[in-house]
Amino acid sequence: MAKASDSKAEKNAQPAGDDDFALRSLQEALEKEKRFKPSEDQLMHFYEQMLLIRRFEEKAGQLYGLGLIGGFCHLYIGQEAVAIGLQSALDNDRDSVITGYRDHGHMLAYGIDPKVIMAELTGRAAGISKGKGGSMHMFSTEHKFYGGHGIVGAQVSLGGGLAFAHQYNEDGGLCLAYFGDGAANQGQVYETMNMAALWNLPIVFVVENNQYAMGTAVKRSSAETEFYRRGTAFRIPGMDVNGMDVLEVRQAAEIAFKHVRDGNGPVLMECNTYRYRGHSMSDPAKYRTREEVQDQREKNDPIERIKKELAAAGIDEDKLKEIDKGIRATVAEAADFAESSPEPEPGELYTDVLVGEY
Amino acid sequence: MAIELKMPALSPTMEEGTLAKWLVKEGDTVSAGDVLAEIETDKATMEFESIDEGTVGKILVAEGTEEVKVGTVIAILAGEGEDVSDIEAPAPTASSDDEVKDVEGEGKDVGREGNPLDIDKPASKPRADDPEVPEGTNMVKLTVREALRDAMAEEMRLDERVFVMGEEVAEYQGAYKVTQGLLDEFGPKRVIDTPITEYGFAGIGTGAAMGGLRPVVEFMTFNFAMQAIDHIINSAAKTNYMSGGQMRCPVVFRGPNGAASRVGAQHSQNYGPWYASVPGLIVIAPYDAQDAKGLLKSAIRSDDPVVFLENELVYGQSFEVAQLDDHVLPIGKARIMREGSDVTIVSYSIAVGVALEAAEELAEQGIDAEVIDLRTLRPLDTETILKSLAKTNRVVIAEEGWPTCSIASEVIAVCMEEGFDHLDAPVLRVCNEDVPLPYAANLEKLALIDKDRVVAACRKVTYAD
Repeated sequence: MAKASDSKAEKNAQPAGDDDFALRSLQEALEKEKRFKPSEDQLMHFYEQMLLIRRFEEKAGQLYGLGLIGGFCHLYIGQEAVAIGLQSALDNDRDSVITGYRDHGHMLAYGIDPKVIMAELTGRAAGISKGKGGSMHMFSTEHKFYGGHGIVGAQVSLGGGLAFAHQYNEDGGLCLAYFGDGAANQGQVYETMNMAALWNLPIVFVVENNQYAMGTAVKRSSAETEFYRRGTAFRIPGMDVNGMDVLEVRQAAEIAFKHVRDGNGPVLMECNTYRYRGHSMSDPAKYRTREEVQDQREKNDPIERIKKELAAAGIDEDKLKEIDKGIRATVAEAADFAESSPEPEPGELYTDVLVGEY
Repeated sequence: MAIELKMPALSPTMEEGTLAKWLVKEGDTVSAGDVLAEIETDKATMEFESIDEGTVGKILVAEGTEEVKVGTVIAILAGEGEDVSDIEAPAPTASSDDEVKDVEGEGKDVGREGNPLDIDKPASKPRADDPEVPEGTNMVKLTVREALRDAMAEEMRLDERVFVMGEEVAEYQGAYKVTQGLLDEFGPKRVIDTPITEYGFAGIGTGAAMGGLRPVVEFMTFNFAMQAIDHIINSAAKTNYMSGGQMRCPVVFRGPNGAASRVGAQHSQNYGPWYASVPGLIVIAPYDAQDAKGLLKSAIRSDDPVVFLENELVYGQSFEVAQLDDHVLPIGKARIMREGSDVTIVSYSIAVGVALEAAEELAEQGIDAEVIDLRTLRPLDTETILKSLAKTNRVVIAEEGWPTCSIASEVIAVCMEEGFDHLDAPVLRVCNEDVPLPYAANLEKLALIDKDRVVAACRKVTYAD
């Protein structure tokens, strides 16, 4: 492709020292100004959205415990700042998002009705996938949210394809492709990074490093545990971001998205975060100590952090309690809806297998 | 409000467990994340964490109790400002879930019982015939290779969203020259050389289709697509269903399939049965140039993911092709290549040529064979097979591929289930030998299907010997 060969020529023309600088330049930009400066409304909105994810996921955990949600259910508790920080910086008219199976938070970040998400978790006709996808397989083409994929790492190549389509259509959009520290060891992730860099695709690769791939700690599975460095082999600049701070994530998103939109090709961003709950609901949690989890909750919680910001901005504690109350009511309503709405009609068994009639 | 703590399900299959140990006692204050109890299942001991803040009111199930059903209220938590002593314990065994009628299976069924036998399955409709070729249409000789190239070029001219990607498709002009000339006409934006990275580019192609484009992804051969089969099946075939019909994936995966010549076991395999077993895919395996062209055009226009299986040994063969502006053939329709009354030979891809040769020889022996080219392996045109069976009462399947779990197996099952009364002889299959394909010329020949074996099977079912 013409663009690819041009950019390659440019890169090759640079002396080696500049190359190294290019790989670090985004990180350096972040270091200069680490945190996004939100308006009071924005700050409040971040708080509300993160709290909605937290409360939604707590409720999903409860419903799972009651047998209302089946199969696998991966909760996003602890990681809220990542989805909110990044997705709040998207241009929703053009940009696309794709992720793995821990996808409830990313959908809520779009403002998708919690009812249809919860109803999908309980396998009901009103669910966003008509009850046929479940927790791991949810999509909203209306919002350019392309799933919700159950195979570890597959969403990265698919995201490469979405980015390819943005470039092909010249629509100015970019693809935000999330994956975990576990998926970061899949071969296709690097196959995709190679092509994305080669073809200068508009994509931001985001490693949500929650420290454990199921029960395997990063240091037990990865020779290079600093995932943001892993694009170096493909000349993709990396960013190392505190994924527990929504304002830092948002700031990093601003820098990364601008880089991609300016036609500079892909960015690899590592968001260091922590999942409080098990990998899925059936996780015995024997691979880490309770103290470690409790320490993260107490010292590093993304919602508590923003609460402090709000207090510093002079927001009344009672107002925050009021918001929490409202969100609890929204989530309770979603749960009621998900429990009481009907299962799919039996005839749905045969629909949506193929689009055409043959 | 007091919060009922219920025996949690800790895995998709857990129905009951042992309440091994309480780690809190009545009157304790707990916050979210505190471990309340240890619960044992047959698989593991798990910690039961509090989700809410409050004070432990009453403990209703003592530690050490076995076979506690999921959903049983095991303790009551008093919320902020509540007096623990005011809390009324519910009847210990009553689970509030009883009000929802649970029919069976996981989760709470709200009362609808679906018996698959009662559901109206969408009936398969009679499929359209091939469009008529008007009388006087100019016929030209084309190789299958040229026909495939023309199909792609015509569709690329009609639809900007169509592009071709794969190894060596652009500057090299195609490893087997199927994409010859496309780069010159359409440029590097639409004819894209990929690195040797099948899993990755199959995923990018699939994602591009999800993003609204119409990719034609060429595999140098389908043997290499095994590295990419996850995207073909898990990503392309299933996403429309899993999304409740929201996600489209109009991608075509194409390339040569089946045994080539003297390339050994890893480069010689027929994947028709593999892909044809997957709901959500269309699988096409044409034989001649006219079908290759008309069906590839249909495949590119289809809104569904298509696996389009070609054959290297047929690429160079020439066939008559009608010179029409836009010759599109129906997917899912078999073609009767030769009419006959004594025995039906069902076949597809390169084996159609073998079946036609066998039919010639059988004719000399006084046996009138009908030859059916399935063309599409999924959905299978069972109607055409069964109609022919009703006429000839005998079926032989000729397939260049392994016999076990083959398309032949499937056709035999269809004949048994839906055509049993018409059968005058067992249905026989003539396939490759059930071994990895050997390299040595003599062994390779022995392993592959040939005309003589098809003739012998037809003589057997017609009781000619």
